[in-house]
Amino acid sequence: MIPAQFDYVRPGDLDETLRILKDREGEAKLLSGGYSLIPLIKLRLAQPGLLVDLRDVSGLDGITETDDYLSIGAKATHRQIHDATVVADRYPLLQDVTDVIGDPQVRNWGTIGGSVAHADPASDWPAVLLATSATLVCRSQTGERTIAARDFFIDTFQTAIEPTEVLTEIRIQRRPRGAGAAYEKLERKVGDFATVAAAAMVGLGADGRIARAGIGLTGVAEAPFAATDAEAVLTGNAPSDELFRRAGAAAGAQSRPFGDVRGPVEYKRAMAAEMTLRALHRATKRAQAYA
Amino acid sequence: MTTQHISVTVNGETHEADVEPRLLLVHLLRDTLGLTGTHVGCDTSHCGACTVHIDGASAKSCTMLAVQADGRQIKTIEGMADGATLHPLQQAFWDQHGLQCGFCTPGMIMQSATLLADNADPTEQEIREGISGNLCRCTGYVNIVKAIQQAATEMAAAAETQTGSPVAAS
Repeated sequence: MIPAQFDYVRPGDLDETLRILKDREGEAKLLSGGYSLIPLIKLRLAQPGLLVDLRDVSGLDGITETDDYLSIGAKATHRQIHDATVVADRYPLLQDVTDVIGDPQVRNWGTIGGSVAHADPASDWPAVLLATSATLVCRSQTGERTIAARDFFIDTFQTAIEPTEVLTEIRIQRRPRGAGAAYEKLERKVGDFATVAAAAMVGLGADGRIARAGIGLTGVAEAPFAATDAEAVLTGNAPSDELFRRAGAAAGAQSRPFGDVRGPVEYKRAMAAEMTLRALHRATKRAQAYA
Repeated sequence: MTTQHISVTVNGETHEADVEPRLLLVHLLRDTLGLTGTHVGCDTSHCGACTVHIDGASAKSCTMLAVQADGRQIKTIEGMADGATLHPLQQAFWDQHGLQCGFCTPGMIMQSATLLADNADPTEQEIREGISGNLCRCTGYVNIVKAIQQAATEMAAAAETQTGSPVAAS
């Protein structure tokens, strides 16, 4: 498959990138790893006039923990995230994702920022960012702003990023003691997009009850979304299989899946409940082990 | 649309070319440089037949633009053998009959090479996960896995001979 023609630039830094985005607003598209965008360009589902390659823009791939959050540079590859010591030590949720996203070649080059900005409704990272109430940092010529993950995924392939902005960083709240999270993905075959996937975050209070809960679902609506009804079921209650089943049922009920080759609506709804249930069990085990 | 001047080092040899930005790396390799060992299978980033190494990391060359490879080191299947001596992975695929039609083999071997570079002594499960982005449609993966296991054993033995100490003892 041969892509349609486009122009290509490789700016040397972020300021130059932002200037190009402003000058060529509406026709410029950012290129990071390319594993989301290039397949679409080859299929001619996307036909940007100008590709702006972020390869030479440095300082966007760090993975560091502050007192408040884990900062992941938008250009960090899935592989870099997987291999980061801080992730391996304290954020098994993220390794749940990096274990199942695409395949080894995709993980070598695909980036978290590219994946998130692309916003495929069945992609993996958004569910995690929703469950953990992450924050996304965008830069434009007029400055920097932060967007809550829950305000970010607007529709299929649509996010809150403006055409003149670059997504620079993802901030995931620092994991406190008593908190755990997990990602459960149902896929037809290894490396596939999710049929349904659920990310669950559970924060246990001193009394062992669920003080905070976050659930993000992917594959079961026009965009990934936070299963707020399920979160409300969980909050304030003691973790149990029965409670988790009720939360799963709420997550399934809040889903708006489309029937397609990956299954009919009823199946996807049932699987949204099941993946939520499984993710909650694993998240709670991790929370209890991190007391 | 303006062409871009790029310079890529493929199997140790530097090539310069003026390319359209839309040219895919796999087409640069096959059509411009004549290195047809890298195959185009699915053309949709799934099958891995086009796998090459870019700066040491495996990539699907049908999902990368040639301009993205500017200034980088690329290794293809043609760069694996040492003269008439096959790379241990190539020899192992031969010995274990790790192929039928051979279409997926260049990609399988390139991906296996990075798999073994990361993990010199992989379990069968780790091998299967490591080649999960490479599809064989002739047969199962049994002989492919055996071939990678043979190569791992031989490469570890060769490394031990060279350094005098076992590698990847863990």
